[in-house]
Amino acid sequence: MADDKDVLRDVWFGRIPTCFTLHQDEVTEREAEPFYLLLPRVSYLTLVTDKVKKHFLKVMKAEDVEEMWFEYEGTPLKWHYPIGVLFDLHASNTALPWSITVHFKDFPERDLLHCPSNSVIEAHFMSSIKEADALKHKSQVINDMQKKDHKQLWMGLQNDKFDQFWAMNRKLMEYPTEEGGFRYIPFRIYQVHTHTHTHTHIYIYILAGVSPFLLTLTLTLTL
Amino acid sequence: MPVSLLWAVDVYGRVYSLSTGGQQWEQCRDAQLEFKRVTAAQQCCWGIACDHNIYLNVHASDLPIRYQEETYENHRWNPVDGFSERLLPSDRWQWSDVTGLQHQPLDSFILPSKSWEWEADWYVDENFGGEPTEKGGWTYAIDFPATYTKDKKWNSCVRRRRWIRYRRYKARDTWAKIPSEQSGLPDPFNDISCGGWEISEEPRGRLSLWAVSLQGKVWFRDGIYHHNPEGSNWEEMSVPGEVVQISCGPGDLVWAVLWEGQLIVREGIGRDCPQGTSWVVVDSPSPEVGAIHVGVGVNVVWAITKDNKVWFRRGVNSHNPCGSGWIGMVGEMIMINVGLNDQVWAIGCEDRAVYFRQGVTSSELSGKAWKVISVPRDGDRSHSSASASSLQSAGCFFSGEVRAQSVVSDVDSDTEKEKGSAEGGSDAPTEPASEAPKPRIPKVTSDSFISELVSDREPGKNTSAAPAILEEESNPAEGEVQDPPAAGIALSPSHNVDLEEAQSQQAGAGAVLDSADTCSLSSVATYTLALEEPYGADEHPLWAWVNGGGCSVDCHSQLNWFTLAQSVQSMSLSITPAQTAAWRKQIFEQLSERSKREMDNFRHYEQAIEQSVWVKKGTMQWWRDWKPHKWMDVRFALEQFSGPEGNKDGILFIYYNFNEEKKYLHAFINEVTILVPVLNDSKHTFAIYTPERTKQRWPIRLAAATELEMHDWLALLSVSCCDSRGIQGPPSKQAIWSVTCKGDIFVSEPSPGLEAMPYPTPCDQMFWRQVGGHLRVVECNSVGVVWGIGYDHTAWVYTGGYGGGFFQGLASSTDNIYTQTDVKSIYIYENQRWNPVTGYTNRGLPTDRYMWSDASGLHECTKTNTKPPSPHWTWVSEWAVDYSVSGGTDREGWQYAADFPASYHGYKTLKDFVRRRRWARKCKLTTTGPWQEVPPIPLSDVTILPCTAQSSVEVVPLWAISNKGDVLCRLGVTTLTPAGSSWLHVGTDQPFKSISIGAANQVWAIARDGSAFYRGSVSPQSPAGDCWFHIPSPSKQKLKQVSVGRTSVYTVDENGNLWYRQGVTPSYPQGSSWEHISNNVRKVSVGPLDQVWIIADKVQGSHSLSCGTVCHRLGVQPMEPKGQSWDYGIGGGWDHITVRGNSMEPPRIRLPSLTDPSAPAPRSPLSARNMEVNGNAVRC
Repeated sequence: MADDKDVLRDVWFGRIPTCFTLHQDEVTEREAEPFYLLLPRVSYLTLVTDKVKKHFLKVMKAEDVEEMWFEYEGTPLKWHYPIGVLFDLHASNTALPWSITVHFKDFPERDLLHCPSNSVIEAHFMSSIKEADALKHKSQVINDMQKKDHKQLWMGLQNDKFDQFWAMNRKLMEYPTEEGGFRYIPFRIYQVHTHTHTHTHIYIYILAGVSPFLLTLTLTLTL
Repeated sequence: MPVSLLWAVDVYGRVYSLSTGGQQWEQCRDAQLEFKRVTAAQQCCWGIACDHNIYLNVHASDLPIRYQEETYENHRWNPVDGFSERLLPSDRWQWSDVTGLQHQPLDSFILPSKSWEWEADWYVDENFGGEPTEKGGWTYAIDFPATYTKDKKWNSCVRRRRWIRYRRYKARDTWAKIPSEQSGLPDPFNDISCGGWEISEEPRGRLSLWAVSLQGKVWFRDGIYHHNPEGSNWEEMSVPGEVVQISCGPGDLVWAVLWEGQLIVREGIGRDCPQGTSWVVVDSPSPEVGAIHVGVGVNVVWAITKDNKVWFRRGVNSHNPCGSGWIGMVGEMIMINVGLNDQVWAIGCEDRAVYFRQGVTSSELSGKAWKVISVPRDGDRSHSSASASSLQSAGCFFSGEVRAQSVVSDVDSDTEKEKGSAEGGSDAPTEPASEAPKPRIPKVTSDSFISELVSDREPGKNTSAAPAILEEESNPAEGEVQDPPAAGIALSPSHNVDLEEAQSQQAGAGAVLDSADTCSLSSVATYTLALEEPYGADEHPLWAWVNGGGCSVDCHSQLNWFTLAQSVQSMSLSITPAQTAAWRKQIFEQLSERSKREMDNFRHYEQAIEQSVWVKKGTMQWWRDWKPHKWMDVRFALEQFSGPEGNKDGILFIYYNFNEEKKYLHAFINEVTILVPVLNDSKHTFAIYTPERTKQRWPIRLAAATELEMHDWLALLSVSCCDSRGIQGPPSKQAIWSVTCKGDIFVSEPSPGLEAMPYPTPCDQMFWRQVGGHLRVVECNSVGVVWGIGYDHTAWVYTGGYGGGFFQGLASSTDNIYTQTDVKSIYIYENQRWNPVTGYTNRGLPTDRYMWSDASGLHECTKTNTKPPSPHWTWVSEWAVDYSVSGGTDREGWQYAADFPASYHGYKTLKDFVRRRRWARKCKLTTTGPWQEVPPIPLSDVTILPCTAQSSVEVVPLWAISNKGDVLCRLGVTTLTPAGSSWLHVGTDQPFKSISIGAANQVWAIARDGSAFYRGSVSPQSPAGDCWFHIPSPSKQKLKQVSVGRTSVYTVDENGNLWYRQGVTPSYPQGSSWEHISNNVRKVSVGPLDQVWIIADKVQGSHSLSCGTVCHRLGVQPMEPKGQSWDYGIGGGWDHITVRGNSMEPPRIRLPSLTDPSAPAPRSPLSARNMEVNGNAVRC
């Protein structure tokens, strides 16, 4: 019988096969080969693309390189959305692998946040965890954790360590038996602005304490 | 939590009960009569019916109430007739009691009431102190009174034998009238309250029942206990005034309300004097308004004054039953009742609804808020037939008093209705007559009520209406004894004299009364009108009385009694586990499908994040390996990595400093065999064993800084160990279960090599993982039926889950984990020494033990410094003297001896210079685990038929012993319903303590006297068998435990000897004699393949000695069922093991030299019949 643990593992180990190609406008010394990678759905683009960066930097001059950003079919990809969310939002109907274009210049200031270092991702990640716990436990659990516990959560995500992450995350997912559940179940709605349709796909991601990805319920609301 | 009942009576006198698991009031259909008052205990409910008799409803149980009558037949020898019934004139009666003083012929025994029946005829008891007697059951002596022996000697001049016969209480789940004794009970009862069951555990099921008569006298019912549920007689208690109402709590609180509005409190209630000694008067909460109703619990008193105000009494406990002051509470109520756990129930003054006091906890006894219980009654429209038949009694009833409350209630609550209907008032009287063929109880009752009220004014008129039932009341002249308005108007059929007396006493409150009186009168007509509205399900029930004395709830209970105010909650409640499982399955399938779609063709892609070693570090304390042993600070690290085949593994490191030098100790995770939490009040420690450490009896002992940290580490290490061994999910059906002396439960997956010959897997290599919960005993069989028994004797059945306790999140299943509680007693001893000046004092000799100590006397244990065993346990009672100590005690609980330490006895002799008494305090643990309670009978032992793997038993035989020693056979146990359906009681002549069922339905049991019994003719067709065969115990030994496998029968005696039953054959299953196998054995478990496992004491390891060690008998073969030697496994501190699930046949690898040519055939009967003790000690 399927157990929660199986579900959690499947969610955690969800991967999206991705093909990174350098944008044609980028100046290169020689032709850039596409780069293929399995991206963890639960992680963040800028957190897991060190290899991509390294791969393309080999063919580029240092002076041509600014902050790396990604785009899919003309849409800049927001790094602060989990990778799974980005894929489901923009590319769920395309053939795999997911083809992402890599840019090193013309950073779209209006669409994207800068991501100068991993600590920015960490801050963002921790804040969503805190938001979620505020709803679930009035922040009691997250506040009772020590700095090293917070670090363990983050390191678990960063290093793709399921056990490390869940050893801590389980505390965020518990509730006293007599209460019979969380105060509120946090979820976040992601919306794509598509102007071609009269209805909009709204993706509701339940912030299961993890970051927005435990369940991907897709509702189609007619607006 | 077992289901229990809340009782209530509505204003029509119908009795209802509401189950803690239910959602509607169930009418007590059996009640032929209307009732006015009920008072409940967990096992029964008492009530006063409209005929003013007291009725008792003993709840049905799988355990019968049997009372053993006994008498002795005495013979004397004379030269002419030999032994004959002709005795000397100076001798005792020919038929007598055990002392010989009481003449007791067989026909002098009569049933105490119509509620009893004889079970069978008289028969002779042939068991004499655990040994079978010669035929006839005679025991011989030189003369009366003397010591009897079972053997007839040359000088045996007298003989006697014991006859026994059982009578059974048959009136269960029905209202049985308590036979009224005419003497001393001139007036009928008006109020009743039972309680006092916590005063003493002896005799079992003892209850105090207090009653108030209409004249205001108070009566105490004597002699109520389990075997005599009806009690023996009424005893009048003198009271300082006239009592209207009385309330008796579960403990020693008894309060009553006087007519004048003061309260009286009973003092001096105790173990030796359950009825107390004197009354103390307590003033009403409010100086102007008298009290009208009182409800008491263990440590609380609630009262209601005549203005319906609710009051809470501060500072009440058993040392100060009067409390210290009143606190006014919110709410207006007409009656209030305190049930179990000091939970409070009341009936609202306005709406006549039943209210539950929310948030009552032991620290906040006054609770938080009133919450109305709003559940429907069953079949609201189906009362018509009952009401028609009860027309007579209803009439009668209305000559009583309780109906009046309904009137008041309508005055109070239906004022609007009243006004509205007043316009059509003139129609009212004609309506009921025209609709007479369609009987509706409200009309009937209200009609008769009117006539009653009229007859109140004209007494003569009443006689025609009064039915025959009332005849026993010599002079049923009607009168009105008026209760103050809040509790309703009391219309009482009592003597005129009393009436006048009562009314004169009421004079003070006269003005109020009069207005209430007219009010009630005027309301009557309108009330009838109000009832013109169809009596439908949506009608709000009006309650008159509620009693929670049998209702076991506390502030954590999940009750479905309240309105759907919290719709979210009710939604979540409506999702069944099956739906949740289906939903989870669906999610899982969708996820798997997604993973397949997105990843299957791309597995050759590079991973974005490289796998690396993950290290978790922490600081701990370590009990160092070398002497002097002490705790030292260490750094602790777990390195986890993926092995070559993707399997996870890890290494544990303990870094320490030794002589300024940095050193470390390590253990491979895949070598760890068990993680044992050793929580005590000073340190959060746990032990890590490897096979090597088990051999040494010296685990790695670590202490974490906090409990939380320890649990984190344990959960992590446990997941890590399971991962490295590829173990996940629930234990298999073959699993071996064990329990430690701390109540922790461990389970091990047996490998096929475990029972292999000649080289079995050493049992120190077995990997044990913990399962949540707390048990004293666990038993299983190979089809996956697992039962456990808690320290508080609660029976639990395994649900198929895993984890629980501190294993949360990943190491635990989501379904099948429930809250589990357990209660145990902590004992300390008060020691005193006698000196010539002051007698016994707490001043001992300088060499003496502590004056407050543990049982050994070595450790000081005072009431204040003794803590619960671990932070998980909380005290749930106060320190109390424990009288149930072996050896007996005096009235104050003292045991005497010549000196410490010595054998103690329960009476003082001249030679006794020291004495001690035991104090007990209960503590409670609340945890979670894959266990569900099997209510309601508490057990002390359980056994499940060990099936072989291939056998397809549909109904699994399961036997148990109740904590009172009754033998029980569980019906309806299957793999799908492991909890079974009900118990079948198997009669015995004495209490039993251990039981085991082996293959082919061989049931063996051990009685309290230490002898063994074999149950004959047990089969699937006759699951309970037909008779017991008495099997004497090994000479001079009292057996205490038995385990039966395929053919082997093993027992353990009280001195720790392990015995094997010789000569057991299919045709002679009782066997012939006992053969000694080993000593230092605490428990034995024989498996379905006759494998023998024990818990042994005094096992010597290379570092230390251990008690409570799991041992495995090596060399057990079909032809050699006794085996050869012991192999030592995990321990010490183990208390129980069951291998009865392991039916895995070992691989058949045999060395030629050891080959036994015969195929495993049914074992031939062994010829050896020696009783010789060939001590094969467990290395002691």
